Amino acid sequence: MKRSLRPLAATAAIFLIAYAVSVLQFPGMLSTRVLGNFLTDNAFLGITAVGMTFVIISGGIDLSVGAVIGFTGVLIAVLISWLGFHPLVAFAIALGVAALFGAAMGVTIHYLQVPSFIVTLAGMFLARGGASVITQDSVPVNHDFYSAISDLIIRLPGGGRLSFIGLLMVAVFLLGALLAHRTRFGSYVYALGGNPVSASLMGVPVARTTIQIYMLSSVLAALAGIVFSLYTSAGYPLAAVGVELDAISAVVIGGTLLTGGYGFVLGTFVGVMLLGLVQTYIIFDGTLSSWWTKIVIGVLLFLFIVLQRIIFAASAPGEESPEKV
Amino acid sequence: MADGEYVLEARGVLKIFGNHVALDNVDFGLRSGEVHALLGENGAGKSTLIKILTGAYQPDGGGIYVDGAEVSLDNPLHAQTFGIGTVYQEVNLLPNRSVAENLFLGHQPRRFGFVDFRRMEADARALLANYDLHIDPSSELGTHSVAVQQIVAIARAVQLSGKVLILDEPTASLDRNEVERLFEVVRGLKARGLAIIFITHFLDQVFAIADRVTVLRNGTLIDTRQLDALSRTDVVRLMLGKDIAFSGATDVEPSETPDEVLLEFKAYGRRRSVLPFDLTIHKGEVIGVAGLLGSGRTEVARIMFGADPADQGEAMVNGKPTSLRRTTDAIRHGFGFCPEDRKAEGILGDLSVRENIVIALQGKLGWFKALNRDEQLEIAGRFGEAMDIRAASLDMPVKLLSGGNQQKVILSRWLATDPAFLILDEPTRGIDVGAHAEIVRTINRLREDGMAMLVISSELDEVVAYSSRIVVMRDREMVAELRGKNINPGVIVQAIANHTDEAVA
Repeated sequence: MKRSLRPLAATAAIFLIAYAVSVLQFPGMLSTRVLGNFLTDNAFLGITAVGMTFVIISGGIDLSVGAVIGFTGVLIAVLISWLGFHPLVAFAIALGVAALFGAAMGVTIHYLQVPSFIVTLAGMFLARGGASVITQDSVPVNHDFYSAISDLIIRLPGGGRLSFIGLLMVAVFLLGALLAHRTRFGSYVYALGGNPVSASLMGVPVARTTIQIYMLSSVLAALAGIVFSLYTSAGYPLAAVGVELDAISAVVIGGTLLTGGYGFVLGTFVGVMLLGLVQTYIIFDGTLSSWWTKIVIGVLLFLFIVLQRIIFAASAPGEESPEKV
Repeated sequence: MADGEYVLEARGVLKIFGNHVALDNVDFGLRSGEVHALLGENGAGKSTLIKILTGAYQPDGGGIYVDGAEVSLDNPLHAQTFGIGTVYQEVNLLPNRSVAENLFLGHQPRRFGFVDFRRMEADARALLANYDLHIDPSSELGTHSVAVQQIVAIARAVQLSGKVLILDEPTASLDRNEVERLFEVVRGLKARGLAIIFITHFLDQVFAIADRVTVLRNGTLIDTRQLDALSRTDVVRLMLGKDIAFSGATDVEPSETPDEVLLEFKAYGRRRSVLPFDLTIHKGEVIGVAGLLGSGRTEVARIMFGADPADQGEAMVNGKPTSLRRTTDAIRHGFGFCPEDRKAEGILGDLSVRENIVIALQGKLGWFKALNRDEQLEIAGRFGEAMDIRAASLDMPVKLLSGGNQQKVILSRWLATDPAFLILDEPTRGIDVGAHAEIVRTINRLREDGMAMLVISSELDEVVAYSSRIVVMRDREMVAELRGKNINPGVIVQAIANHTDEAVA
């Protein structure tokens, strides 16, 4: 097996084992209802994590995504409830604003040679502050379009429901995987994460690609904001605080190397599902504090970072290369 | 010589950095179907010339001509469109991606907007077959040896440019078989009519593969010659500018043979770095190390100091077997090392002169015995005076000092730890005459005080002046040890150039 696939295989195996153990303990977890809710409840996190996967593969990080979700939620709620825009128009505006926001961050990162950590940290404060300036309170959204979307569900045998937003997340993952693994843009993203100097010597349009990566991340965060707004039917400036960290965790647990260059979009999907599983387990158990989620995520993250380290150090190329030239 | 003769030509190229002339009116012509070696010591201007030919730098005077027409090369990608491709010493590819993607990145075949992997891999297989390289194109590049990666880099460069191929020290990290493999590839390309510039420090390789040679020294063109009319000694003489007729034994007294052995290295070596060598060092002895750049001089120093641990042989300090796996081991045994690249590996630019001097001593004392400020000032002041460090204050950042004074600071740093054995790698490079003399004086004084030293230098006159013995490195091998009356620059040049194993092709 390719060594880059090994962390992903480990994640998938851990997910299956953990799920099997959960089912043994709580047979109720093996139902279409639980599986359907998995998708719906984690839709906004999953969509954000797809963008984050691109950023991390390119060797960067985007701390602004949680704030962008919050800002988008508020912006949409205000546009719809206070200014009377149709939700679709509000969505388009929100996505456009996010695209500009991401482009600005990408430009700063590339042209000013500032680490993405700092730039997106500034972006996080900007977006979160911007949302709070618009309103301090939760703004409810009551629109026919919202109820129409919530009614768009596919009923599964066994009482499960596939919601629109759950399916949207799946679609985003599939498109993201195509983009990462089947297009030139995708190969440029990996190239940047592998070695930016080589990449530019090999003719990768570094500036354009960097800007596109952060645009993609912000636009997907805004899409996650839209999903979050559909999910909660409200906009709140302090929504989705810390989601950027959950997204980073999901990406790393899904087998993407934090230092860039290696990773899979569909691995992130498994990562998101694993995080969702931990949460569901704790809900089923009922006696555990929800903070246990954080502890388990912490342990998992640590495990995966160590695992990646071992895999990539053990199979480091060079001196011990077995092949004969 | 007619104008149309050259595929790529530089005429009267001038390049100035600040007030330093890096290239002065250099002419260089490259014919198709030839391998043209470019030689010169460090700072001779080779890499500047290459960067101008690949568009990474713009010349301040003169012009670049491709097929006789003047061109202006904006950057390496632009140079590629004129058919000029480059392969660097450090493979500039993507180890995290597949071989096929490395060959075609940016030019991947597409179907319906998506990369057509099947075709890309088939193309890659066909392309690599030309180089007799049969590897799975979907495998990750980083899992292959450096030699394979070099060939992939060459394949990419030839595929995209296809007229001129510049190989910038491609063999620096390859072993003998891999070099031979690479040369087969180069010969194949030459037969296909490519013009190849080959840069290396290994003379054997130049004679094995090159047709013509151009030698640069101190930014000026020394000569371009047909190689078959030259001997090794001729080439070394061109590079170093030393006249072999220059003679006269040295004034080093075949010293009152110091008999107390300090260090002994037996069959000490490291794979891909230095072939095993034997060396005994006595107290109060200066061992000079001579050899061309890349001959393994610095590598010897690094494995002695544990910066790159040896993987064979044994070391004895004061007669006891000792393991030198890490630099801290070496420091504990009283070693000191002033590296060649002062800026990158020696000084801590933003720290003060005082801090730079005490840091190795503090490292030796450990965490719990912090030197207080007064002690630091006392030590720094003592060495500042003894070494005549010209600094406005001991608290000024060391990066503001001149090269010579920085070198003295580094020397002081190690002297403060009272070392038994000091390694100096090119201690006099790039410093002014006064500081130069000061450092040579210090070396002589320390020898008289009974310290053992290993000094690496390209300045043959200088090595001769202070060494008790001289070892000569060639192609990562310690090939000669010269002592006493034998030592003079002419003998050293001959030892460097001398060649015993294979005959010149």
